[in-house]
Amino acid sequence: MYKIITKKSLNPTVTMMEIESPLVAKKAKAGQFIILRVDEEGERIPLTIAGVDPVRGAVKIIFQIVGATTEKLNHKAEGEYIQDFVGPLGMPTHIAGMKKVCVVGGGVGCAIALPVAEALHAQGTEVTSIIGFRNKDLLILEDEFKACSDKLVVMTDDGSYARHGNVTVPLKEMLDAGEQFDMIITIGPLIMMKFVTLTAKPYGVPVTVSMNPIMIDGTGMCGGCRLTLMQDGKRVTKFACVDGPDFNGYEVDFDEAMSRGRTYFDFERKAHEKACNLFKGV
Amino acid sequence: MPNMNPKKNEMPTQEAKVRAHNFNEVALGYEESVAVDEANRCLNCKTMPCVSGCPVNIHIPEFIAKIREMDFEGAYQIITQTSSLPAVCGRVCPQETQCESKCVRGIKGESVCIGRLERFVADYHNRYSKEAPEVPKSNGHKVAVIGSGPSGLTCAGDLAKKGYKVTVFEALHLAGGVLVYGIPEFRLPKSIVQKEVDTLKALGVEVMTNVVIGKTLTVDELFEMGFEAVFIGSGAGLPNFMNIPGESLKGVYSANEFLTRSNLMKAYKEDPDTPIMKGGKVAVVGGGNVAMDAARTALRLGAEKVYIVYRRSIEELPARKEEVEHAMEEGIEFRLLTNPVEILGYHNAEDPRDPKNGSVTGIRCIQMQLGEPDQKGRRRPVPIEGSEFDIDLDVVIMAIGTSPNPLLKNTTEGLEVNSHGGIIVNEAGLTSRVAVYAGGDAVTGAATVISAMGAGKVAAKAIDEYLLSK
Ligand SMILES: Cc1cc2nc3c(=O)[nH]c(=O)nc-3n(C[C@H](O)[C@H](O)[C@H](O)COP(=O)(O)OP(=O)(O)OC[C@H]3O[C@@H](n4cnc5c(N)ncnc54)[C@H](O)[C@@H]3O)c2cc1C
Ligand SMILES: Cc1cc2nc3c(=O)[nH]c(=O)nc-3n(C[C@H](O)[C@H](O)[C@H](O)COP(=O)(O)OP(=O)(O)OC[C@H]3O[C@@H](n4cnc5c(N)ncnc54)[C@H](O)[C@@H]3O)c2cc1C
Ligand code: SF4
Ligand code: SF4
Ligand code: FES
Repeated sequence: MYKIITKKSLNPTVTMMEIESPLVAKKAKAGQFIILRVDEEGERIPLTIAGVDPVRGAVKIIFQIVGATTEKLNHKAEGEYIQDFVGPLGMPTHIAGMKKVCVVGGGVGCAIALPVAEALHAQGTEVTSIIGFRNKDLLILEDEFKACSDKLVVMTDDGSYARHGNVTVPLKEMLDAGEQFDMIITIGPLIMMKFVTLTAKPYGVPVTVSMNPIMIDGTGMCGGCRLTLMQDGKRVTKFACVDGPDFNGYEVDFDEAMSRGRTYFDFERKAHEKACNLFKGV
Repeated sequence: MPNMNPKKNEMPTQEAKVRAHNFNEVALGYEESVAVDEANRCLNCKTMPCVSGCPVNIHIPEFIAKIREMDFEGAYQIITQTSSLPAVCGRVCPQETQCESKCVRGIKGESVCIGRLERFVADYHNRYSKEAPEVPKSNGHKVAVIGSGPSGLTCAGDLAKKGYKVTVFEALHLAGGVLVYGIPEFRLPKSIVQKEVDTLKALGVEVMTNVVIGKTLTVDELFEMGFEAVFIGSGAGLPNFMNIPGESLKGVYSANEFLTRSNLMKAYKEDPDTPIMKGGKVAVVGGGNVAMDAARTALRLGAEKVYIVYRRSIEELPARKEEVEHAMEEGIEFRLLTNPVEILGYHNAEDPRDPKNGSVTGIRCIQMQLGEPDQKGRRRPVPIEGSEFDIDLDVVIMAIGTSPNPLLKNTTEGLEVNSHGGIIVNEAGLTSRVAVYAGGDAVTGAATVISAMGAGKVAAKAIDEYLLSK
């Protein structure tokens, strides 16, 4: 059992928790994730490690409440325990030697992007961050990004806060203005990462995307997290949990990933309704 | 006088029509009187050919003699001198190619049902024996075991009995390896595996789940933590795919994913948290135990039609004979000498947002015929040109083999593996690294429970000798 040391709501649908797991806290690097189960009957879900405190043995996770499991997790209080917590899984984001990087985060993807931006900043990389949200209410982690970015642009889809529009708008402006990034690292909804990649392509800037397919074990055993890369004209299968979650954006077959991501759409909707009903009386 | 009936005693089973819709165990086990009758078929051969067919050389005639005397606990004690998982192996060993293939009674009739007797004895012991195992006196040495499959559990158990302080590290949230995530309940009830794990814990073995060695801790860190030897029993969990078009469609699973969702994540229960595709038409590609398990699980989850698609003929099916027979009885259709060339999907060009887009609709296969034997003597299947045909489907499950996971190799300097990714060991199970031993599927590639268990035993003995001589 793993203790919830702290819990904080970042916005109505996004919650931050610190979980006690000294071994993970000692090992984790930016870009890695954990898999947890809330209770004995629970589903295994992956969440990115949003930060660690090795001294307290604390691992920070930030999650959006989208379905049954995240709903259940959100109903756990500080001091309570969750059943399973394993990690750190996946490969760390490759950041060594980079001088200037643009981090593009979307929605809860910003929680995944933050530790990467922080690690870049800590090693002396010049960090430009572009973070986007659907609207003002969904904004998270603005201050945290400010603290680790040399330049920060906040966008909302509906213009209810900061600049109006998609994250690709300022990205294109910067690239047009001749900004030379060693790398663009983008994390967010698949459709956003696809368009960030397309935006960057004419300028020849390398793009790293963080893929988040449905996972179970996270160790390469089930193959459920597989995705297709185009390498040298050939289709190559990779497992996001062990080969990723970061991949070269130019190689990823996003359309296929989006389709696979909807495999359990109906099931998830029903399970979420059930979980919501369960907590209505609470 | 021995029982000279050329026929073995039938195993009582749940009726095919009934069991095809539940996850309860298919084979129900012998009654006492039947077990004694079957034991009487054994001729107690001086040369004991059967023993040489068992990878761990269980003293077969001796334990069967005890059954004849109705000393079932005595029989159990004989088996456990060499095997630590009799309730498991008695159920899942491919006996017909091992011990039973060597039995003299098989020459002029059917061989003695050694596996069924083994299962009977183990079940008897589990039902009636209340003895808690004696916790051995500690010898102060610490050993780490990676993986809680049959090889790891056996190695841990043998060392614990000798007084070692053993910690088993398991990546998943539950101990048991393939026995819990792969082999389904209807063939191997989870309670049996749980009992084995509990017995180990009672012996003082610590089982740490949710630890991935290579990620959470490395092998080198285990030594820094004071472990003096390490056994790697990490299995061969990495699923292979065929690399044919359509394998990423919605509804294509590896058998590991399908079985893990059903077994480990309990998707077979009503109203589970973990989803799985139920119902519809399902094809399982492959012919081994894994394929049979996936097919029969799909059937029990409610599929209207289940096919096994296998590229060789019935003679070459690598699955246990009993499982093939059971699968056929349950109504699974075997499409033999058939090989998939493409998985077909639904694409609505008019509406890219159609939620059915990217779902499996069928599989395109080509008819095969058997050609010249390959190096192993198995006749190689060759496609018959122009014989393509389609099968309508909703789900395709790939059960075409697994390989060892490269994680430990990649994170353990100096650990050598062969071209298939199997860890290289000597006859004592020692790897290329000092004090690091390995066994089971991680070494051999996908094999059997009993061989994994045997490898765990060999390594435990070697670790004991090594640490005592240090
Ligand atoms: C490597 C990795 C890191 C992740 N990190 C984070 C994180 O830091 N914070 C966070 O909020 N989420 C993260 N996710 C996504 C998170 O795992 C899912 O939101 C979660 O599994 C949903 O579970 P649920 O039972 O609540 O919802 P479900 O009922 O399972 O799903 C509800 C909705 O979420 C979508 N969904 C389901 N699984 C995923 C998934 N794996 N990725 C994206 N969408 C999914 C479904 O399509 C559906 O629309 C990550 C995913 C991966 C693979
Ligand atoms: C569906 C199916 C049906 C089968 N049917 C039969 C049958 O009828 N008869 C038979 O004899 N054999 C059968 N087998 C084969 C048999 O189960 C295996 O040969 C046997 O389980 C191998 O044992 P093992 O100890 O080597 O590894 P496994 O049982 O694979 O266990 C390995 C364990 O190590 C863990 N692990 C892996 N890497 C790490 C790591 N880095 N850190 C921590 N833990 C790790 C895994 O999670 C797993 O729990 C079947 C296999 C499958 C998949
Ligand atoms: S362990 Fe397997 S091979 Fe050995 S005697 Fe038992 S059933 Fe036969
Ligand atoms: S070979 Fe058959 S008959 Fe002979 S001892 Fe073994 S089991 Fe008995
Ligand atoms: S999650 Fe199972 S292989 Fe990646």
